[in-house]
This record gives sequence, C-alpha cells and structure tokens, in this order.
Amino acid sequence: MSTPTLAATAPGSGPAGGPGAPQRGRRRPRGVEALTPAAGLGLGVAMLWFSLLVLLPLTAVVVTALEGGWGTFVDVVAEPDTRAALLLTITEALGVAVVNVVVGTVIAWVLVRDDFPGKRVLEVVIDVPFALPTIVAGLVLLSLYGPRSPIGVNVVGTREGIFLALLFVTLPFVVRTVQPVLIELDADVEEAAASLGASPATILRRIVLPSLAPAITAGASLAFARAISEFGSLVLIAGNVPGETEVASLRILKFIEGDRYASAAAVAFILLLVSALVIATLDVVSRRVARRG
Amino acid sequence: MSIEVRGISKHYGDFVALGDVDLSIPTGRLTALLGPSGGGKSTLLRIIAGLEVADTGTVEIEGVDATRLPPQRRDVGFVFQHYAAFKHMTVAKNVAFGLEIRKRPKKEVRAKVQELLELVHLEQFADRLPAQLSGGQRQRMALARALAVEPKVLLLDEPFGALDAKVRKELRDWLRRLHDEVHVTTVFVTHDQEEALEVADEIVVINHGRIEQVGSPEDLYDEPANEFVMGFLGEVTTLDGHLVRPHDVQVHTSGERGGVPGTVVRALRIGFEVRLIVRPEGAADEGSDVVVTLTRTFARSLGLEVGTPVWLEPEQGARVVPVRRAPAAALDGDVLGAEGALV
Repeated sequence: MSTPTLAATAPGSGPAGGPGAPQRGRRRPRGVEALTPAAGLGLGVAMLWFSLLVLLPLTAVVVTALEGGWGTFVDVVAEPDTRAALLLTITEALGVAVVNVVVGTVIAWVLVRDDFPGKRVLEVVIDVPFALPTIVAGLVLLSLYGPRSPIGVNVVGTREGIFLALLFVTLPFVVRTVQPVLIELDADVEEAAASLGASPATILRRIVLPSLAPAITAGASLAFARAISEFGSLVLIAGNVPGETEVASLRILKFIEGDRYASAAAVAFILLLVSALVIATLDVVSRRVARRG
Repeated sequence: MSIEVRGISKHYGDFVALGDVDLSIPTGRLTALLGPSGGGKSTLLRIIAGLEVADTGTVEIEGVDATRLPPQRRDVGFVFQHYAAFKHMTVAKNVAFGLEIRKRPKKEVRAKVQELLELVHLEQFADRLPAQLSGGQRQRMALARALAVEPKVLLLDEPFGALDAKVRKELRDWLRRLHDEVHVTTVFVTHDQEEALEVADEIVVINHGRIEQVGSPEDLYDEPANEFVMGFLGEVTTLDGHLVRPHDVQVHTSGERGGVPGTVVRALRIGFEVRLIVRPEGAADEGSDVVVTLTRTFARSLGLEVGTPVWLEPEQGARVVPVRRAPAAALDGDVLGAEGALV
C-alpha cells in the first residue's frame, strides 16, 4: 500500500537523508481526513450519543448554575446547611475512596492469589452492591444496622451510618478494576525480583503496586464519584438532619422541591467541579507512583 | 563443583517431573540442560534457583547447602524466557534494581549500571522503557540485570525461546562470547540441540525427569549413550536395524561393494545439501525409509535422481547404535518431523 506512494513522491522530495520524516508528517493529517465511511458513521453515532446523553444536559446544568451569576453561588455556599452538606459529602467520599483503595486491593489480591473454599461464592457476592438497586441496599443495611437491629447496632441518622452505606455501594469498584490487572501480572516478574534479593515487602512496594497503581486510582475515582453522588441508599440511612447528616444529593432534592432550580444547579456544579478535580489529582498521583518504581 | 544436586525428585500430582536426579555442574563453565519439552529441565533449573521446592533431595551452591534457602539468599541470577522486565522502570532502573535494594552507594550503582549496559550493548537505551525495546534487547537487559548483583551462578531458562531465528542465533553467539569474558558459572535450559551443541561447554540431556547423559558436545554427538541421546542430538535414520547419522551413510550406485539395496524415492535440495529418501528393497511403505544427506556436488557426480537404484552402508568409523525396539517411536517421529518441516 505504501510502496506506490513512496515511489510517486520520492523523486520530488529532495535530499536522500530528509524524505522519510517529513513525508510521514505530511501523510498523517491526510489519514485523519480520509475516514472510511464505516469509521465516519461510527464516530458520528458516538458523538451524537455522547452529546445527547452527557454533553447537552451537563451544559444545561452549568448554564442554569451560571445564569444567576456569581451571586447564586455565594448565596448557596453562604447557607450553613448547604455548606455542611457539601463538606460532609466530600469528606465522606474521600474517606470512602481511601478505605476502598486499601480494602479493595486486599480483596482483589485474595481473590486472585489465594485458593480457599468459597472463593467462587465470594466472587459473586462482591458484585451484589452493583446488582442491588441502591434503595434496596439501604433497606438491607437498615435491617441489620437499623433501629430494629438484631445485634443492637443502630447507625441510622449518624455520619457512621452514611459512611457504612457508601462503603457498601462502592465496594466492587476497586476490586473489579484491580482484579484483571493482577491476573495479568506475570509471576516471573516477581520471581525475578526475588532472585535479585528483593524481600516480599519490597516486591510488593516496588514491583506490584506500581503496576497496580493505574487500576487502583481508576477504581478509587469511580468509588469517589459514586460516593459523592449517592442518593438511594442514603435516603433511608442518613436521617437527613440539615447541617448534621444531610448529604449534597439530598440537599439538591430539597432545593428542587422548594422550586429553587438555580441553587440546585449551583450545588450540582460544585459537585461536578470537585469530582473533576479529585479525578484529575488521582490521575497525576497514579502516573507518579507508576513511574517511580 | 559449583552446583551439586543430589537425589532431587519433584512430583506434580501423579506426574513425575524429576525422579531422583544427581548432577554436578562445574565452576566457570557454560552448561546446557537439554531435552524435550516437559522433560523436567526447567523444573530442575527452578529448583536450583529456589523458585520451586523439591519433594526430596538437596541443592548445594558453591559449597553452601541451599536446599532451604529462599531465592533471595541463594545468590543466583535468573533469566526468564519472557524477559520478566520491570515494565514501569527504565532500562537503567531495571539493571540497578538488585544493587539499589542492597543499598549500595548511588555512585557505585551508576558506575556498575553503565558498565553492564556497555557489556550488553544497551548504553544508548538506558532511559527507555522495556516496552520500547525489541525482544533481543529486552533479553540482554534481563541478563545485565541478573549479572548486576554478581551472582555465584547464572541460570537461564530458555533464554532465546521467544525470539525469532535470526536474533536467536546472534544472541547465542553473543552469550558464548559474553561467557568467555565474564566466566560466571552458567546453566541454561534449551530444547534446541543446535543451540546446546554450539554454545555449551557441557551438555546434560534430560528426558522424562531423568538424566540420560552428561558430557561435552563432542562426546554426546560422537558417543551417545543410548538411542534417545543419539536421536535428540542431531538427526538419525535407521539403516539395517541400526541408528546412524544421515551424513554417515555411504551411497554406491553399484552393488559390487555390498550394502543395503534400495531405490531413491525422493530427493530434496536444501542449500548446499541434498536429502535423499531411499526405500530399501522389499520395503512396503515409508516406515523403513532411510534418510541420507550428501553435498549437492557429490550427489550430482553420482547422477542421483528419483528412481535411481542405490546401495547404502554406514561410513567407516561412523557411530552406529542398534535399535532395541524396532523402530523406536520417538526417533521415527523425529526424523519424520524434520522431513515434514522441509517439505
């Protein structure tokens, strides 16, 4: 395919040393222009889908939030209850992400590296929080840790309760992102490190974790994003005391019920910013860990 | 003796990977563990490195009983078939790994890494990631990494197995030269008899978890202890109930001087060589066909072509091994396999 092109352009392209690189440089943009019909259609469908589902609604929220000008933001953040809700949501979500990083990685490790009776069952159970409607998840937690708890633990209406519910619904993220990477990790790489004198702890720190870092942060980002926006399970657990146990998503609901769309959009916008910021930060951290070794 | 292996056995369920193996590997030499896949040679290497635990037996490295030592404390360098590169580290970092965890001074590490990268001709690739190297370069990096900690013995598990034929051959020659420079006791596993014959000072032939023969390449080629060794090192063919090398068969175009009469049924030219497939008189099918290799010039001078009647006899002084069970299945398969590859 490339031979005729080369033959056609070579005579005109000057000294012998030069032609290779500039020619490739010239050909690349041409390749982008010349999308095959199938690729063009695919790209079109993807863009349309993405626009309708994500981009346009997102823009609408941002526009609504900014419509009222800077004032709306100041007003919303000035409300102590809203501020408390945002702060609560963000700190809980961060905490959940951190716990998930540790526990999720350990669970993934156990699932991949160890053999024990009931491993298959655990494999399936991990996904239960994904499969359950979140309101059912709330109900499940309520029946064990609610007012009629058979073990006498009642977390309803407490911050610990919110944390527990968030941990429950975000459990699978890190496990499911780390697991496939861990399976793909070659045993001989660890053996090589061992025969070079590395202790198991060193192998974990310098060989295994850097390889897992992108997967761990991807899982943590997902868990964080899910936690910051969680609604269903918290409706039953959180208790929704303004300024105490009311999370941002429930705050937004309250604004909408009170016909305060601009305020709702402003809170949504702040959540969006925080999410983007945290995900970007995690990405930077992951790259750094992956490179350090 | 650098490595002393005594009474090593290893079972995987019912499968006997190694059955009571004794072996001494001499200091400063390049030894090949040669045998077919699944014969136990890699298992033996991994047991020496401590990556696998033997069911019974002891391993001694440089006079130290290493049977119960973890791989970290055996002082062996190990090179894997698939490189086992630390993918997230640069080439220089890979090589430095063993030194860094030994907490050597930075300056010393840098000097040593530089020296090793020069040794394996990768000095201009120091800052690349392994993914940016070719297979041959990655394996050279793995070798430098293993040599960095100055191991007592260097173990290579099918080091060139994942590379293409040309790179394989280059690396093989290069390993030989490297060993002549570095002189570290080296053991490498291979299933390629040509590789073993070309590179090794000493060859250990392993099959079915047993050692068939130990010796220099010449010994093994000229004085094979049994059918298996003869069949595995170099080609063999069956002539009159004996195993003989195809190039050790003399071809006459008249029956005056005796020999086994037959007819040429196929003639293949491979480079300077001609392979004749001769069917002995009275043989019904290809089961008893004899393979003979000649130079092209000689074949032409005899005027050999398909259908020519010939008389075959082993060359004077050629190594001939009587076939115990006629004809041994494995050996037959070998010769046929070689033919199949050429057609």
